[in-house]
Amino acid sequence: MGTKSSVFDMIGPVMIGPSSSHTAGVVRIARAAIKVLGGIPEEAVITFYNSFARTYEGHGSDLAILGGLLDLKTDDSNIKKSFELAKEKGLKYTFKSIGNASVYHPNTIKLNLTKNGRKIEVIGESLGGGIINIAEVDGFHANFSAQSHTLILKAQDISGAIAFISSVIAQEKANIATMSVSRKGKNDIACHVIEMDSGIQPITIEYLRSLPWVKELIYIPDIDL
Amino acid sequence: MSYLFESFTGWKAYCENNDKKIFQTVIEYETAQKGKSEEVIWSNLQKAYTVMKDAVDTGLKEDMTSRSGMINNGAKKVYNHPKSVLSPEFQKLISRALAAKEVNSCMGRVVAAPTAGASGILPGTLYTLQEIHQLSDGKILEGLLVGAGIALIIEQKASLAGAVGGCQAETGSAAAMAAGAIVYCLDGNIDQIFNAVAITIQCMLGLVCDPVAGLVEIPCVVRNASAAAIANSSAQIALANVSAVIPVDECVEAMGEIGANMETKYKETALGGLAATLTGQEISKKVLIQDIEILPDEDLPE
Repeated sequence: MGTKSSVFDMIGPVMIGPSSSHTAGVVRIARAAIKVLGGIPEEAVITFYNSFARTYEGHGSDLAILGGLLDLKTDDSNIKKSFELAKEKGLKYTFKSIGNASVYHPNTIKLNLTKNGRKIEVIGESLGGGIINIAEVDGFHANFSAQSHTLILKAQDISGAIAFISSVIAQEKANIATMSVSRKGKNDIACHVIEMDSGIQPITIEYLRSLPWVKELIYIPDIDL
Repeated sequence: MSYLFESFTGWKAYCENNDKKIFQTVIEYETAQKGKSEEVIWSNLQKAYTVMKDAVDTGLKEDMTSRSGMINNGAKKVYNHPKSVLSPEFQKLISRALAAKEVNSCMGRVVAAPTAGASGILPGTLYTLQEIHQLSDGKILEGLLVGAGIALIIEQKASLAGAVGGCQAETGSAAAMAAGAIVYCLDGNIDQIFNAVAITIQCMLGLVCDPVAGLVEIPCVVRNASAAAIANSSAQIALANVSAVIPVDECVEAMGEIGANMETKYKETALGGLAATLTGQEISKKVLIQDIEILPDEDLPE
């Protein structure tokens, strides 16, 4: 165990039942995904894999994922009413179950979301105790916990990009906790996923976004707020 | 400060050497580890206790039917039954622990204490204790801090997760937290508090996690009631200075050892025990999704 537990891991978290991995973690995967999308989706295709494929209905993970997509928090009693809320908000959804994707974590969910013509794909894992890992974003390796401040930056694969981005973050005195970079191919698009211990200013985000070689920038401050 | 929640012996020595009340050391720990102010800690505790009491009230008032149908308003039936086995207080204790846990099974709001599967035990015991002894919220919150300290040590030396240590790790730990909190709130000394923890663990050792259809319903809900009863019986024994004989740290180690040697089928996998019974398997077939797509190899994600 890396970090020491909090008193409020023992008396908490406050959450919607029945299980932290099937409800709290699932809500958080959806909340991370809507931050990537930039709002509540119009359409969602939700695929439950492996252990989740069989148990998602009994544990209410279908309600939890819709609740999260509708921007409900992990302790919102309205999660129970997510089917009705989805209808009200005009969120169209489809559920799929796939039982044999052994390359994935036992509790994996894939979200294909659409809003205003923008389409994204997010793959998330519920690790237990409400802790999650966002494994992939749009086919790129992401591997972030969404517990702290996360920057997802898609840019041209040019030399010096990593050093440049990290020096900009360093000037904000934000400490980088984890960083992963993956690319489709040489000189193609590279995806930088950076988790920081503290946030960065909007002006810095705008600066990074304005760089000609930066194609897309998503900033996820805190999915639980 | 970091050694504080590694053993009960160390915790006791720290309290005595520094002339600190037991709950104060838990606040100190949280401040040192997480940088939270005392004010924030108290307000978070009050919030947690309010959610606990709300869960009890909701479970006794609103419809509590789970999607599987296995949980069906049991707490209300117990609460309203005309015949008390021991006393009306005991009947309330049992129905309140059931009520909060039913809320959890039916997708209501609870405090995972220490886990969601054991979320009925502290609410049932503390709600009833406060009512019987007319205790202030402040006293109950101090009791919650004592309970948190107990759980921090169990987490270090054994486990709090059913998937790691079986049901003893979840309902057993919650019962130990509750027993310690009860003795604290009734002005027991530190030896009596830790003795209550030791006795509770002795009563809960070996309990396996064998949920029917893998759902947090059967037997989880009734085990929250029995764990609440055991917390009270242990507190009663400990207050009278009847020794657990085996020291509390060694009891926790035994719990860890049993958990480590428990077969996987008894650790939340729904492959053994009640889950594997004929009826358990029939329910599982009905409740779990059967039309799962199995992809051909070439379509599998890489």
